[in-house]
Amino acid sequence: MASGDTIRFLLNGETVEHRPGAAHETLLDFLRLNRRLTGTKEGCAEGDCGACTVLIGRLSRGELVYETVNACIRFLASVHGCHVVTIEHLRGADGGPHPVQQAMVAHHGAQCGFCTPGIVMSLYGLLMQNPAPTDIDIDRALQGNLCRCTGYAPIARAAKAAGAEMTKDDPLASERAAVTEALAGMQTDETLSVETPEGTIHIPANADGLADILADNPDATIVAGATDVGLWVTKFMRDISPVVFIGHLDDLKMIEETGDAITFGAGVSYTDAAPVLARRIPALTELWDRIGGTQIRNMGTIGGNIANGSPIGDTPPPFIALGAELTLRKGGDRRTIPLESFFIDYGKQDRSPGEFVESITVPVPAEGTHLAAYKISKRFDEDISALLGAFALALAGDGTVEDIRIAFGGMAATPKRASSVEDALRGKPWTEASVMAALSAFETDFTPISDMRASADYRMRSAKNLLRRLWHETEGTPVRIDRGVA
Amino acid sequence: MTIEKRRIAGSPEWQARISPHDSALKHVSGLAEYTDDIVSPEGTLHAYLGLAERAHARITAMDLDAVRAASGVVGVLTASDIPGANDVSSTGAHDEPVFAETEVLFHGMPVFAVIATTRDAARRAARLARIEYEDLPADLTVEAARASGGDLVTEPLTLERGKVEAALASAPRRLSGSMQIGGQDHFYLEGQISLAIPGEDDDVTVFASTQHPSEIQHIVGHVLGVPSNAVTVNVRRMGGGFGGKETQGNLFAAVAAVAAKRFNRAVKIRPDRDDDMIATGKRHDFRADYEVGFDDQGRIHALDAVFAARCGFAADLSGPVTDRALFHADNCYFLPAVRLKSEPLRTHTVSNTAFRGFGGPQGMIGGERVIEEIAYALGLDPLEVRKRNLYGGEGRNLTPYHQTVTDNIALRIIEELEETADYQARRKAVLDFNTKSPVLKRGIALTPVKFGISFTATWFNQAGALLHIYRDGSIHLNHGGTEMGQGLNIKVAQVVAAEFGVPLDTIKITATSTGKVPNTSATAASSGSDLNGMAAANAADQIKDRLIDFAIETYDVPRDQIAFEEGEVRVGNQRFVFADFVEQAYQARIQLSAAGFYKTPDISWDRKAGKGSPFYYFAYGAAVSEVEIDTLTGEYVVRRVDILHDVGSSLNPAIDLGQVEGGFIQGMGWLTTEELVWDDKGRLRTHAPSTYKIPVSSDRPREFNVTLAEWSKNTRPTIRRSKAVGEPPFMLAISVLEALSMAVASVADYSICPRLDAPATPERILMAVERLQAEQALK
Ligand SMILES: Cc1cc2nc3c(=O)[nH]c(=O)nc-3n(C[C@H](O)[C@H](O)[C@H](O)COP(=O)(O)OP(=O)(O)OC[C@H]3O[C@@H](n4cnc5c(N)ncnc54)[C@H](O)[C@@H]3O)c2cc1C
Ligand code: FES
Ligand code: FES
Repeated sequence: MASGDTIRFLLNGETVEHRPGAAHETLLDFLRLNRRLTGTKEGCAEGDCGACTVLIGRLSRGELVYETVNACIRFLASVHGCHVVTIEHLRGADGGPHPVQQAMVAHHGAQCGFCTPGIVMSLYGLLMQNPAPTDIDIDRALQGNLCRCTGYAPIARAAKAAGAEMTKDDPLASERAAVTEALAGMQTDETLSVETPEGTIHIPANADGLADILADNPDATIVAGATDVGLWVTKFMRDISPVVFIGHLDDLKMIEETGDAITFGAGVSYTDAAPVLARRIPALTELWDRIGGTQIRNMGTIGGNIANGSPIGDTPPPFIALGAELTLRKGGDRRTIPLESFFIDYGKQDRSPGEFVESITVPVPAEGTHLAAYKISKRFDEDISALLGAFALALAGDGTVEDIRIAFGGMAATPKRASSVEDALRGKPWTEASVMAALSAFETDFTPISDMRASADYRMRSAKNLLRRLWHETEGTPVRIDRGVA
Repeated sequence: MTIEKRRIAGSPEWQARISPHDSALKHVSGLAEYTDDIVSPEGTLHAYLGLAERAHARITAMDLDAVRAASGVVGVLTASDIPGANDVSSTGAHDEPVFAETEVLFHGMPVFAVIATTRDAARRAARLARIEYEDLPADLTVEAARASGGDLVTEPLTLERGKVEAALASAPRRLSGSMQIGGQDHFYLEGQISLAIPGEDDDVTVFASTQHPSEIQHIVGHVLGVPSNAVTVNVRRMGGGFGGKETQGNLFAAVAAVAAKRFNRAVKIRPDRDDDMIATGKRHDFRADYEVGFDDQGRIHALDAVFAARCGFAADLSGPVTDRALFHADNCYFLPAVRLKSEPLRTHTVSNTAFRGFGGPQGMIGGERVIEEIAYALGLDPLEVRKRNLYGGEGRNLTPYHQTVTDNIALRIIEELEETADYQARRKAVLDFNTKSPVLKRGIALTPVKFGISFTATWFNQAGALLHIYRDGSIHLNHGGTEMGQGLNIKVAQVVAAEFGVPLDTIKITATSTGKVPNTSATAASSGSDLNGMAAANAADQIKDRLIDFAIETYDVPRDQIAFEEGEVRVGNQRFVFADFVEQAYQARIQLSAAGFYKTPDISWDRKAGKGSPFYYFAYGAAVSEVEIDTLTGEYVVRRVDILHDVGSSLNPAIDLGQVEGGFIQGMGWLTTEELVWDDKGRLRTHAPSTYKIPVSSDRPREFNVTLAEWSKNTRPTIRRSKAVGEPPFMLAISVLEALSMAVASVADYSICPRLDAPATPERILMAVERLQAEQALK
């Protein structure tokens, strides 16, 4: 184990060796307070407004990938070995404003300007991958950026115009080789442990290193994407030391596909999982695109979404409906359990101290299975589910329900199966009458609560109606609002 | 860089006025400096507020020892540490303490501040306070406040004209109802912030994110117990204001200033977003109760309505806000007999404040609800009912406040939009779609806006500007307005540049400062460019007159042969580079500096009588919105919006278009997803962007066509005949609520008015759908 005083990373054009002031020091505070890089703004300190958006370049199996992240909830120590790119580093090939910046000026994309650096970074992140974005692509890239002034239309116009101006000699593109080399030089195969003035940081080099650290520090806070843990610090000022960072571990980021299942390492981000899901389980694509915003999807992990045990996490219901299994590891020991049994009660999961989530195996629905995941939230994008219903329906040849698995989020203290509803439907003809007859079983399965997202009454009514929606959908009746851009 | 002009249709003259925001390049580069970005003096301390955790209670004990002992803490301030008045109320009502003394009046009321070496240390320490309370009964809603006697925060207003009872009684039809109209958090992206730097004697300099530097100056003086001349307030720009920084910055500036003087160090205060949302006021939520008499053609005979507002614990701006609600309940419609009453109720919630439209939107949406009720009662297209009730024609131009509408262009706007948006055909298509689609339903609505321009407190309608021309010909421009993204500075600079015929980059726009232009009004009520543009033009005229006199004297040419154009001064047959001519004038000892002034003429308002001409003119507009809802979940999408809006003769069409687009989306947020939820303990549950949902990019209408009515000229001699644009477009979004309402109404064959309250969240839509389905089944 390497103990050191400092973490190392690239910040724009410079190599930084830095001893974090605290285990919980955020990247945003470091940029603004320590480096006076004040172009990156704080609008909310909770990952929801995007004013703090920066790009992080990291080596993923040797390849340099840049992704947008929220600097406000990203812990500084987690950028060890990465390239942090802020608005100050953006420039065009000629050293002047970057095409994205020029287009934002030309199209009047900024009014008060406070959201603007974050928006520029998000658009830059988008255009690096997709220089000809559609309105839908732009909306998706901006899900995590709030602008209170412009109403977004001029920003979307700017995005389209800028795409055409993106060039191969874009500075980040021309720096690639040098950055890759510099980052490669920072990678080690040893755990790095740093004592800060406030707390201890562990940065393992691989999953075995993680297992060792947890064996020694069973109560350490595991931080993957920090999209939950970040808020424990910025909103609740919780002490999280000692911290072990796992978001960078390649061996927790593997995705294995077999004929009938996909196994995701716990550290697979939403973004990394998206293309595989789109190919193998396309019914989850819309839901997937609605988890957080782009920055959150770049950071947040499937393992974190499950491990946090939240009753309103978006991945458990569909995964439970599909019959997913979870593999947990402690030291060298592994055990595999049905995902639904991981959630014991509110705030209580089947995980012992020192144990971590290693992977999740999700069966691919069989041919003919109708899978649907319906997320209901106050705002369509970048909102937490008021409720989420996931349905896996298999019909027999005679039109009766051979099997149906239904799981809901937001309806109970944990993600939960609707077993009574399932029972009421299994073996019945898949007709509107059967569906209507099964609705009352929802009241056996769930007693939802009222909160700021929705009332208990609404939750119950719309949960029932989601089963009706499923039926309509299998009948071919249009039930999904067309959100395309004319 | 070529500036995008194509989208903004218009004559070459309009095109020529398009200029990007003066800070645009800085905005996109991260170089625009906001208050938190200012290099602060060495040893700057940070303040953080401790907030009360009761809605209404007596403080029985306060133990701050742990706070004082926390690492990094330099000191603690409570009410007794305030050298002057413990009061930040903007209207002199003395009902808004900096820190609660013995009684807590809302959940989130500041009780103390902790000052520490870092913001993090101050914030952590603030949580260590031990405060004990004895709970008192709390009135959290309009209904609760009424039930406990209806204590008002300020004098209510009545607007009355005609014989209301008689007209109601004789009207062929009559109906009554009520509507809940939700509030709105400003969600300016840059939160509240102040930095105070102590100086010699009593002096203190404050850098604040505020729309009203003069008020901050006044309040800081008042709280410190020093005269205003000891306090200088500067603001370069805000990261959004929307009314939320008209008075709500007072508290933060006061705390920073008191701490700065106390510890003789610079002190910065910046609340976390959640605390900002909890501790600062919002748009007032209202309950409107109405009774309307009308005939079978849908013509209104009489309207009697009460607008009750949840004002919170203090008056703040609730008086003028509730007044403005009444001023806009008529919108574009003539009300033959009318009585409108405001009820500004005191509640144990945060004191509500200014927000774009300033009560106008709440009043207008109440009025539009009445139109909708009539339409559903008669089975008419609401647009038809609107047209039949428009101001216009003999004896039909008098408002409920007895001002005559003389610049009415509502009908032209409506008819043009109806045509260009293809309203009639699309309405048919919507009706047709609904007969064929069992689950998804559509709605379409066209609603107009007429918004009165001027502060209703007449004395606020004044402005000052300060202009210096230096010997090198460069111009220093300062005025009393503040820049919050609305493009005020560029508009004023364009005015000055045109006066002197110099390129825009000759002009340096400088931070608003109470030391340069005194006694300014808030940059609010959409008045920014009307007032400050005129004041700057006045300053420019003074200097120009001196330069012309100098030219006449020196070169012996008649006045009409002197012109300022293309960076030159033409004097008879001679042409001088502007800077050279300025140098000549300097040598001749011509004063090259002027203070400009402007006050809006021809306005008056007698509040007691409820009569006058409070508005200099009206701005108009209209929007058509088309939506689709899911009757199983209440989810929806705004499919298409078409807007035609009147900005008079635009000073900068690109900036104005941005205000219209942005204002509309903000209004749409107010009426759709932006829901403020307080629990039964008076705690705000939606105090962060995770729970309070302003529109994101994908909420913008899937098709969005915005046009400025280029043919419109202000009938009043405003600056270049332009019109104010900040607030009016906000209310165009009422069309979204009404389109949603129509989609809901489809489930009961459009025979029942859905009476959709605002905001129409998916939950509200689903509940309304199920209610109408049930009512229809009973029929
Ligand atoms: C703005 C915003 C929007 C969001 N939107 C959504 C949304 O739409 N839908 C949704 O479901 N969620 C949403 N979230 C919540 C969040 O993104 C997810 O819960 C996320 O998946 C957590 O993953 P993470 O890697 O960031 O976890 P972290 O924050 O790093 O960790 C979360 C918890 O899991 C533990 N943990 C992480 N990895 C492991 C592991 N391998 N083994 C054991 N324990 C582990 C941590 O110790 C911690 O307790 C949102 C969050 C934010 C800030
Ligand atoms: S500051 Fe809002 S997302 Fe980071
Ligand atoms: S420009 Fe003001 S928030 Fe986007």
